[in-house]
Parts: sequence; structure tokens; C-alpha cells
Amino acid sequence: MKNLIEVQNIKKNYGKKEAVKGISFNVEEDEILGLLGPNGSGKTTTIGMLLGLLKPTSGQIFINNLKLEENRIQILEMINFISPYIELPKKLTVKQNLYVYSKLYKVKNIKERIEYLSEKLRIGELLNSITGELSSGQKNRVSLAKALVNEPKVLLLDEPTASLDPEVGDFVRTFLEDYKKEKKISILLASHNMNEVTRLCKSVLMMKNGEIIDQGKPEDLIAKHGRTNLEEVFLKLSRSNSEFN
Amino acid sequence: MRHFYLITRSFPRILDLVYWPSIQITLWGFISNFFATHTTYYNNAVGVILTCAILYDFLFRTSIGFNMLFLEEIWSRNFTNLFIAPMRISEILTSLVITALIRSLIGLVPAILLTSPLFGISILDLGIFLFFLFLSLYIFGITLGILVSSGLLRFGPSFENIAWSTMFLLAPFGCIYYPIETLPEIFQKIAYVLPLVYIFEEARNILINQTVNIENVYYAFMWNAFYFSVSIALFYYSFNAAKNKGTLINMGE
Repeated sequence: MKNLIEVQNIKKNYGKKEAVKGISFNVEEDEILGLLGPNGSGKTTTIGMLLGLLKPTSGQIFINNLKLEENRIQILEMINFISPYIELPKKLTVKQNLYVYSKLYKVKNIKERIEYLSEKLRIGELLNSITGELSSGQKNRVSLAKALVNEPKVLLLDEPTASLDPEVGDFVRTFLEDYKKEKKISILLASHNMNEVTRLCKSVLMMKNGEIIDQGKPEDLIAKHGRTNLEEVFLKLSRSNSEFN
Repeated sequence: MRHFYLITRSFPRILDLVYWPSIQITLWGFISNFFATHTTYYNNAVGVILTCAILYDFLFRTSIGFNMLFLEEIWSRNFTNLFIAPMRISEILTSLVITALIRSLIGLVPAILLTSPLFGISILDLGIFLFFLFLSLYIFGITLGILVSSGLLRFGPSFENIAWSTMFLLAPFGCIYYPIETLPEIFQKIAYVLPLVYIFEEARNILINQTVNIENVYYAFMWNAFYFSVSIALFYYSFNAAKNKGTLINMGE
């Protein structure tokens, strides 16, 4: 399988603070890789570097075999991102937002693309609604539609189901599974929901203090650490030398 | 206590507290001083003042309009979405510059139309040079907008208050309502390196003396070219600094 994301020994320092300490990993085509770790472990910084929003202090990132530093625009055309911490303009209707971003991503058949995503994500009835007036679950699906508007090869998801009720959360997870299978895309999933990670991810990286402290398939990690589920593995690894321990 | 902590940790907030009163007192002090000592300068005071007010408002709207476009993306937490879209910095700047022009023109046209029936004055009396004066003001307004946006990129939303007040900081030096001779010598030196003074001096010159001093137009464009180049360079520098510092990720939080 081809690697769509290749991260080679990237470091990020903020002054004297080392936020990410030389990590390397790959994400294959048609793979969801989980990025786990307690708050402040370097997950968001890593995602920021993959999106070109942060410049690594050292190391290299390749997306679809293109070096990020030298091909930023070309790479941004084939990547997208969703996070509960960023939103779409609240005063615009859902349709207007999707249209604006389709234009920004130079989508060719905008109408068909919006119709396809509306049907898949069940937002057809929301298209003329004001984005700021939607519920959390509706906003989440609209943000997901925006993130898929350019048919990305690489999707970066930062807590994509945070603050969703179990039903909507399950809908989004099922959608992501199906979409990944259908389009053979790579997904990097940062999440604190261990059930979600166990369900969706082929393998996971455990980060702590800017380093990868363990990695592997969820079931292998559970067996390796002698625990019954991934949450217990997470707690074991994150609690060593933790301020909450 | 909460606000004390907030203010003492933010230089832009401290600056904001200090200079508003200073700027207002300085600006209106010079205006009062001029009218007290030069009552015969304006034969058609209302016409000149209103024309200058419209020109200044156009500058104000252009600059604030540009800043508003940038700030709205921060407030709506859409900033990250924009900066991960496949757009070059030059494309982002160009779209902001064009949108700011449209917004300013929407505000300008009614103001021009109102002055005629209300005060019997038409800004069109400035003739063909009106275009050059507006163009010069537009370039400077955009320049200020880009400079402030650079600050927002570099320092984050705490720079917002500066965005609102840039124009007021420059107003006393711009000699909008009074000739440059009204300013103390040290302030005159500052005013001469800004395009504003040449624009407003020329507007008054055309209206009062019915003559055109092409040098004023030339100097306004020359200083505009200088500051515009500086602002573009600073924006690129700030963008790279924000990528190093991580401001682009946390913008809006």
C-alpha cells in the first residue's frame, strides 16, 4: 500500500519548550491512524504541521509523495481538516458556505458535489438554514461536508465526534468508515474517545510529552499492556509520571 | 482582578487604554487652535470641512473595512479553514483589497449624494483630481489594513483594539481639517512622511485657491508606494512568524 502521509523525524520547539520531539510515522492509503495522547502531548501541534499552519523546527513531511514545504498549495488541494474548535461563518446559509469552500478548493461540479454530500450526510434539508442556528450535531455534519468538498486524499480529524450525542456520533463514525472504504483515503484521527479509536483505526500512535511512547494495532496494544480495552492502555501510559497520578 | 490580570498580560490592551484620550485631545486641540487664530482662512468653511470629512471617511472606511474582513474570520472561528484552503497569500490579500474597495464605495456614494441637497456642496468640485485623491486614500487605507492584519497574524486577537484605532492615531498628523502649519514643528516632520498631509493639503488647495499643485499628488503616491511595499513585506513576515509561533492554529480561541 502507498503511504499518503509520511512524517520524518519532525520536531517543533516553541522557544525552549519542545512541543514535538522528533516523531516519525506513515499513514497508508485506505487506512485510519489514531493519534492518541493526553492534553498537551503534541497531537494538535502535529496536525498543525501536517496542515502547513505550523513550520516544523526540523524534519520533513510528505503528502502523496510531495514535500509539504515546497508544495503547500498543491498539497492543500488534496487535504482537509475538521475540528470542533473551528467553525464555518455563522451568518451564511449551509449552501452558501459549501459553495464558498467549493470555489476555494476549485471544485468543478459544485452543484453535484453539494448534492452528493447533502445526501450522504443527510443535510439536504439544512442547505438553506443559517449555519449559526444549527445544533451541534447538524454543524458537525456540515463541517464534515465542507471537509469533504474537495474529495481529499488525506483527511485530518481532530476530535470529530466531540460533543455529539451517541446517535449522531455513531452516524458520523459509520459514515467515515464507509467513505474511507469507498474512496481509499487516508485519515489521521486525533480523539479522546477510545471506543471510537478501537472501532475505526487500523493502528494507533500513543503520544506523550511530544514523543511517541507506543504504537501498534489497538488489539495488540491491549494484549501487550495486559489490559481489557484501549482506554485502560491509554490510562496506564498517560498516568506514568502524570500530575494526576 | 480578572481584568487586571488580562490587561497586565497584554501590551496592546495597555496601549489601547493610554492613547485614546491622548489622540482625541490632540486632534481637537489642533482644530480648536486653528479656528481660534485663523478665522478668515476658510471663505467656504462648510464646503471645505465637509469635503475633507468625506475624504477622511473614505480612508477610514477602507482601512476599517479591510480590518473588519480579517476580524470577522477570527470572530467566526473560520480563520483556520481559510488558511488551510489552497490559496496563496497574494490571493488572500487581493480578495481582501477588492472586497474592502466595494464596501468603501457602498458607504461613500450615499455620503456624496447627501452633501449636495443638505449643504449645497458637491465633492465633485474637486474635478478630475478627485479620482487621484480617492485612489491615494484608498491605497493608504489598504496599507493600514494590511499593517493591522499583520499585527493580528503575529500577535493574535489581542491586537484587535489596535485595529479599531489606527486611523485615530494618524488623524492629528494627517492635517485633515487644518493646514500643516498648525502643527508644532516636530509633528510637521512626522506629517511630511505620511501621504495624508499631501492629499488633504491638495484638496484644500483646489477648493480654496482653485489651483492644482501636482507635487502634492506626486508625493502622496510616492509615500503610498513606500508604505504599501512595507506593509506587504510585513504581512509575509508576520505570516511566517505566525507559522513558527503557532498563532494560526490558536486564532479565534
